[in-house]
Amino acid sequence: MIPAFGKYMTMLYSIFLKPEKFSIYWKRFVDEVIQLGLKSLFIVILMSGFMGAVLVIQTASVIESAWIPDYTVGFTVKQSMLLEFCPTIISLILAGKVGSNIASELGTMRVTEQIDALEVMGVNSIGYLIGPKILASLFIFPVVIMYSMVFGFLGGGIVCYATEIIPVEQYIEGIRSFSEDNFGYVRYALIKTSVFAFLITSISSFFGYFLKGGALEVGKASTKAVVYSSIFILIANYILTQLILI
Amino acid sequence: MITVKHISKSFADVQILKDVSFVFETGKTNLIIGKSGSGKSVLTKCIVGLFEPDEGEIFYDERKLSDLKPKARKEIRKEIGMLFQASALFDSLTVEENVAFPLNMFTKMTKEEISDRVNFCLNRVNIINKNQLFPSELSGGMQKRVAIARAIAMQPKYLFCDEPNSGLDPVTAIVIDELIKEITDEYNMTTIVITHDMNSVLEIGENIMFIDSGENKWTGTKNEILDVKVKELHDFIYVSKFLQQMKRKR
Repeated sequence: MIPAFGKYMTMLYSIFLKPEKFSIYWKRFVDEVIQLGLKSLFIVILMSGFMGAVLVIQTASVIESAWIPDYTVGFTVKQSMLLEFCPTIISLILAGKVGSNIASELGTMRVTEQIDALEVMGVNSIGYLIGPKILASLFIFPVVIMYSMVFGFLGGGIVCYATEIIPVEQYIEGIRSFSEDNFGYVRYALIKTSVFAFLITSISSFFGYFLKGGALEVGKASTKAVVYSSIFILIANYILTQLILI
Repeated sequence: MITVKHISKSFADVQILKDVSFVFETGKTNLIIGKSGSGKSVLTKCIVGLFEPDEGEIFYDERKLSDLKPKARKEIRKEIGMLFQASALFDSLTVEENVAFPLNMFTKMTKEEISDRVNFCLNRVNIINKNQLFPSELSGGMQKRVAIARAIAMQPKYLFCDEPNSGLDPVTAIVIDELIKEITDEYNMTTIVITHDMNSVLEIGENIMFIDSGENKWTGTKNEILDVKVKELHDFIYVSKFLQQMKRKR
């Protein structure tokens, strides 16, 4: 465990060495923004929309008391989406999609000697391959999560409109209620997302880059990347919540 | 010229290289031959700096590798071209982008100059009108030739070829061997080829080292190798019945 942590830290150090040519690294960054972020957008939007819809139905169905106003549904959806669902659950989904993708990509490059080829050329392979992935995820994941928030609320709104389970106006009022706290919640969500983005890309890159063996190990590295990223997301989620919210 | 002196290398408790010394001459195709697991690839990785030898010295002309600072080592690597066993072309880049990669990364050439150089290198290895294809769309032989084009793009002084004709049919293998020999002569490079293919040895082996169990057991040329007396090398060469019959006829 300790040697692996040392290797991980060395990897992180190598990312910040001076790039051979900035323009090439910039192109890599843009490619990774598209690959890691924009190509995940569809699944994130889809999941967020349905989750918002389900949250509305579940909340409305359990709140039957006449003493509890309808806008509570909107408020509950907002709290759930902002505090937990969008930053944490979506990040866990991204750990599955993006993490396995990164580990298998780098693992295959290792097995087929593409990483050795970079090293022999004199390229800082960690900086070239992993650096742009980490920076791109730090940039694009918060954007993806904001989309998730918007489409989560939208999904809930569409259900209210379509089923009239509660009036749409009440739902919107619930979302807008206690708005003085909203900025703090969004900031909390984005801080969490940035930390999760770093964990997902760096841990998955670690398992892919330092892979030894053949095709079988690429699959194992992929699985490990998802499992360890998820575990560390959950741990970081607890620590950040304790630090920021209390 | 690359000189290795008394190189030893172990992994955990297993000694892979034992006191290996050799001079790889400029303008010649220098061959490292031996069975699988004999230490050929480890020796090559030590020479290019991917592994650090436990003992011994490596000289690139007059430059001692272990004395060089990381920056100077990086400069040496820019003088190295390497052809990997599995070609090691970058999957996500086209043929053209693969060959242009080191030029884009390390030179200040303009787009037009890079394009000219890429086309020159691809023409040199007889890859025509394939610039926009991806490596997965090429045959094994074509991938090797593109990898050679990438290796020579920076006009290297040293060319390393790790089993260049593995996985290729005999005809394509000879084409690749001849290409390596021609390029070596043309650019007066120090070329090091790792192989266990006797056809390659007899085709291009101008300066040969035979490694067995991590030791340099024999050095010579393709003209001397068939009459060798070293048992391990003899067994290596005449392992096939065909060659045994040929020897009897000689």
